[in-house]
Amino acid sequence: MPEPQDRPPEPSPPTSPAHRRSHQTARDLERYAGLFAQRTRVMRSSAMRDLMAITARPDVISLAGGLPDTSTFPPATFAAQMTRIAQESAAEALQYGPTEGFDETKAAVRMVMEAEGMSPEPEDIIVTTGGQQALDLIAKTLVDPGDVVVCEAPTYPGAVPVFCSYEAETHQVPMDDDGMRVDQLEELCERLASEGRKPKFIYSVPSFQNPAGVTLSLERRRRLVELARMREILVVEDNPYGLLRYEGEPQAPLYQLDGGDYVIYVGTLSKILSPGIRIGWAVAPPPVMEKIALGKQATDLCTSTLSQYFALEYFGEGRWRDYIGSLREIYRSRRDAMLEALDRHFPPQATWTRPHGGLFVWATLPDYIDTSDLLAKALRENVAFVPGAAAYVDGRRGSNSMRLNFSASTADEIREGVRRIGAVLSEQVQLYETITSEHRLPQPAQREPSGDVVPFRAPRGEA
Amino acid sequence: MRVAVLKGGSSLERQVSLRSAARVEDALASLGHEVAPIDADSDLVRSLKELRPDVAFIALHGPGGEDGTPQELLEILGVPYTGPGVAACIRCMDKVLAKHLLREAGVPTPDWVAFNSTAFRELGAADALEEIEARLGYPLVVKPAAQGSSLGVRFAASRDGVPEALVSALSYDDRVLLERHVPGRELAVSVLDGDPLPIVEARPKEEDRFNYEARYEIGRTEYLCPADLADDVAADVRDAASRTYSALGCTGFARVDLMLDTDGRPDVLEANAIPGLTDTSLFPMAADAAGIGFEELVSRIIELAVERRGAAEASRT
Repeated sequence: MPEPQDRPPEPSPPTSPAHRRSHQTARDLERYAGLFAQRTRVMRSSAMRDLMAITARPDVISLAGGLPDTSTFPPATFAAQMTRIAQESAAEALQYGPTEGFDETKAAVRMVMEAEGMSPEPEDIIVTTGGQQALDLIAKTLVDPGDVVVCEAPTYPGAVPVFCSYEAETHQVPMDDDGMRVDQLEELCERLASEGRKPKFIYSVPSFQNPAGVTLSLERRRRLVELARMREILVVEDNPYGLLRYEGEPQAPLYQLDGGDYVIYVGTLSKILSPGIRIGWAVAPPPVMEKIALGKQATDLCTSTLSQYFALEYFGEGRWRDYIGSLREIYRSRRDAMLEALDRHFPPQATWTRPHGGLFVWATLPDYIDTSDLLAKALRENVAFVPGAAAYVDGRRGSNSMRLNFSASTADEIREGVRRIGAVLSEQVQLYETITSEHRLPQPAQREPSGDVVPFRAPRGEA
Repeated sequence: MRVAVLKGGSSLERQVSLRSAARVEDALASLGHEVAPIDADSDLVRSLKELRPDVAFIALHGPGGEDGTPQELLEILGVPYTGPGVAACIRCMDKVLAKHLLREAGVPTPDWVAFNSTAFRELGAADALEEIEARLGYPLVVKPAAQGSSLGVRFAASRDGVPEALVSALSYDDRVLLERHVPGRELAVSVLDGDPLPIVEARPKEEDRFNYEARYEIGRTEYLCPADLADDVAADVRDAASRTYSALGCTGFARVDLMLDTDGRPDVLEANAIPGLTDTSLFPMAADAAGIGFEELVSRIIELAVERRGAAEASRT
């Protein structure tokens, strides 16, 4: 999935101020404030954005992004493909296209999904402007204000503003090393049922979850699909990283286990080709698909035809499997570098996940460490990560955790970045211990596990 | 005039600075000045030397911007600049120094103690926490000594919360202060050339109190200007702000943040040498309430900078 929070707004270029709309007084803004839709009140704010913007400084080693390494794509291939499009299909590539996407793009989508054992009907597929739009359209189609949506705790940070902007009441279900705690999901559904309510959908990234890096076990996948069927609840399976597995056996996607009755599938080319072309897709049962297509018509009529042409050239060339293979090699070694560096540089009070694929490691620190504050300290050492609170709908929980990305930096940068974070973290841990234990101030009473931040306390060194 | 607008920099308040600067640049342009925006990086001095501006408008916030650093460089280059001078910036940015000076000048400020991390690491300062809590009581406020906005500010409701709050605050600065919490109303008085502007009251939603995000977002904090205060109370508040301004040696402008305790007495928390100038900032809001539009405000600030330079040169000769 794309990472809107990872793309800080660039400071506006020094254009001639004469062209810029004159600014308003605070009083004028108050007037606009009265015009904003209710839903803007729940949209998450820009403070995190402000901090993340600093991470874009060139001297900062950023383990904060969620970006694939597009420098691995051969420029010559890119040039050849675009040239061919210009020479052979200029008029078509510059024209509008069908709302649901070209048949050829859908065929490419099927090829990618078949690589993970799924074979959707072409008419169930809609090509979207990135997986992010698929998420937005699904929420637009299903969610009325106050409806319940369930997702993982922590969840994909980019999903938070989507659920918020449709005013969903979002519940987060904890995870452990085997992914979402489906037993707790069942309890939640039961509790909601006793109030006469039911989630509109359950959102999950089952494989190499963003941000936690964990994968839903096969047994839990089966139970989740069964739960959806029994209770007639839709599951939105977001699978951007499924093909980026570095070890272990592939797990059957929920879509495959369910057959597509209750599972809406979201895929993307962002992590296996390019996030810049903004191509994703959704697969949904026909009645849902019809509404999603209407929603897309309202949003942007169609996904960029030029991007679709580019993708088709790429898939037509037939080497896409090799390219993914090369990405796997690169990312595997970067993941290994990160895990080694964590073992070496993080204090023993910290734990972290050991992902078998994807782009992220999730670290859990002692609960007296607030990672937003730690980020401020880390930025002085020119290194950045994503504070865990970004992955929680209330923006508060998860404050002792962090997401670390290993796809967008070289192994050397990763080692150095983790070393620096480890150093500031160790300093704060020592300081806390100095204040609490060596002296007479008692250790604060152990907090009740909130049920939301229990995961990933696996002993260090265990896979 | 050719006006260099210093903005950005590497502080945590970079984005706020960029928003302040954008607004200032617009105003300067419509006032007919030649505007030269400069992002404060390692080329700052070189850029200033090449540009030779008539005056520098400092729209930087936080350490490295309002702590006297760019001010000192501008002094060396002989470029007039907006806002308080080097010494006043140093006094404002260091909350501990500021509180000592306020107390010496008889300006009320809440009780406090201050430590650097060495005191905890090497001198066993934690052993004094019992005495500290006896003196300050709970809840107490823990703040980094040098940091703008509300970054790193934490409340400790009881002893259990103190170590965590200290670790948070010490993430922003090597020195922290623990301050008695003053329950009451949150006020800000912007002072322009020694004259206090109408008082702003900030009414954050309860859960957003001292929340960095809320400060810059419409709808999260309610601002009233002029604040609804009895005449004598308002006079006391303005007086406390003016005395703070002089005690710290400010020139040009500054914003004084204070609490009005439940007995209607002002207690000064801090002074900001370079308050925000964004669309939602309190200084322009207060100026507006005094009938000074943003362009006029910017114009006055520039004039004050040039006058101060002139006065300094006159006193030297």
